[in-house]
Amino acid sequence: MEVILKEHQISQLLEHLASQIIDTNPDCASIGLVGIRSRGEILAQRLQHILLDRGVPEVECGALDTTLYRDDINQMGTHQPTVQTTDIDFNIDDRVIILVDDVLNTGRSVRAALDALTDLGRPSVIRLAVLLDRGSRELPIGADYIGKKIEVPHDKTVQVYLNDMDEREEVVLE
Amino acid sequence: MVEKTIEKRSVKTTTKNTPKFIWRRKHLLGLQDLSREELIHILDTAKGFKGISKRSVKKAPTLRGKVVVNLFFEDSTRTRNSFTLAASRLSADVLEFTAKTSSVSKGETLRDTARNLEAMGIDIVVIRHSAGGAPHLLTRCIDACIINAGDGYHEHPTQGLLDIFSIRELRPDLSGLKVAIVGDIAHSRVARSNIWGLHKLGAEVYLVAPPTLMPSGIEKMPVTPCYNFDEIIGQMDVLNMLRVQFERIGSSVFPSVLEYSRLFGLTVERMKRAKKDVIVMHPGPLNRGLEIESEVADGPNSTILQQVSNGVAVRMAVLFLVNQAVVLEKKK
Repeated sequence: MEVILKEHQISQLLEHLASQIIDTNPDCASIGLVGIRSRGEILAQRLQHILLDRGVPEVECGALDTTLYRDDINQMGTHQPTVQTTDIDFNIDDRVIILVDDVLNTGRSVRAALDALTDLGRPSVIRLAVLLDRGSRELPIGADYIGKKIEVPHDKTVQVYLNDMDEREEVVLE
Repeated sequence: MVEKTIEKRSVKTTTKNTPKFIWRRKHLLGLQDLSREELIHILDTAKGFKGISKRSVKKAPTLRGKVVVNLFFEDSTRTRNSFTLAASRLSADVLEFTAKTSSVSKGETLRDTARNLEAMGIDIVVIRHSAGGAPHLLTRCIDACIINAGDGYHEHPTQGLLDIFSIRELRPDLSGLKVAIVGDIAHSRVARSNIWGLHKLGAEVYLVAPPTLMPSGIEKMPVTPCYNFDEIIGQMDVLNMLRVQFERIGSSVFPSVLEYSRLFGLTVERMKRAKKDVIVMHPGPLNRGLEIESEVADGPNSTILQQVSNGVAVRMAVLFLVNQAVVLEKKK
C-alpha cells in the first residue's frame, strides 16, 4: 500500500480542475455537475463550491447512480453492486453537463453514465472531469478535464478515500 | 449575491461508506424467512428504482435478455400489472400466463406447466396461486427464480414490502411505531407478510377484527389482538385497512355489512379519534363505504395511491436482486 496523494494535493487537483472548467466555459452559463456515485458525487460537490467561490454565478450539482447501466451487471458475482438513488433535481436538457468521477480507468463506468444520462434528457454538451487518469482504457473514452495523469501497474488499484465517506482523505495504490 | 452563494452551498447528505451487503436469495417466497438486514436491503434498493418511474424514459437496460413469466392462477389487476411494468422497466421480456386461458384448464399440473415454461428458456417466475406453498413447490421443480405474488392465505411478500416501503417514506424509523391491521385478517396473506416484515423492523403490530376474522395461530404471531377498534385507534401511527374478501368468506363471519362497517370501517367519524398525522393504507381493491369511507380513502392521510406507485419500485428491486443472486451462484 502506497500513498500517492495526500489531502492537500487532492485539494490542489480540484482547484486545477476548476480552473480548466472556467477556462473552457468563458460564460460558465448553465453548468451542471453530475457526480458518478459514490466518490464522484463528493468531488462534484466540492467542485461546485470552488466554482461558486470563484464567482461563477450558478452551478447545479447532482449525483448519478450507474449500477443499472453497467455492462458487467450479470458477471459481478461477489462484487454485487448496491443500487443507489440518482439525485439530479435540475433539468439536464440543453445544459452543459460535466460528469465527475474520481479515477478514469477502463472507461466502462463513464460509458454506463453516458447511457444513464441519455435516459434522463439531452444535454447540449457532456464533458468528463476526473481527479486521476490512470490509463488502461478498454473503450474509446477520454476525459476533458484531468486533475493528474498517473502511470500505474495493471495489477494495482487506485483507491481514493474522501473524508465525507471514508473518514480519511488520501489516494492510495493497493 | 453572497447570500445566494451560501445558500447554494448547502450540500445534500452524502452516502456514507456502509459495509457491503450481499444478497443471496434467488427466490422471494415470504417475509417470514427474511432477516432484518435482508428486508432493509430490499427496501433501500427499491429507493434507487423509484426515480425511474418519474423520468421521461422509464426504462433501464438491467434485465435485458431476461424473461419474466407472470404465472397467475388467480385474478389480479394491480399486482400483475405492477410486476409487468416493473419487468418492462428493467428491459426484461414478459410472458403473461393466465390459468383460465391455458392448458391448466385442460388438466395440466402446476409442475408440468412450470417445466414446460422453463423449457422455453425463462429466468424468473412470478406466481400467484390459491394454494399456500405453491411457490415453494415450484422452487423444487424448476431452476428459475421464483417470486411469490400471493399464495393462498400464506404470504404476499411484495405487498408487505411496498406497504413497509410506503410507511418508511413518511416515518424512516419503524421502531416502536404502532401499526394496526384492520379487518379480514384470517383470509389475508397481505396481513401475514405485513406482520412479519413490520415485526422484524421493530414496529408494534395490532390486529383489529371481529373474532371470526382473526387468524388461527395468532398466539404464535408477534402481534397484539384487539376486538374493539375505537379502543386503540387513538394510539396508532398507521392504519392498514384490509379489504373484506367476499370471494373467500362465507356469509356467517359477521351479521351484516352495515354492522361491520359501523364497528370496523374507517369512517370520517372514526378518523376524528385517530392521530392527526396517522397514515391510512389499503392494499386495494377498495370496497368503498365498507372497510373505508370514500372521504378517508381520498383524504389527506391516505397513502393508497403512493402504495401503488411504490409497488412498481419495490418489484423492480426484487426482480433485480433475485437475478443478482443467480449471478452470484454462477460465479461460484
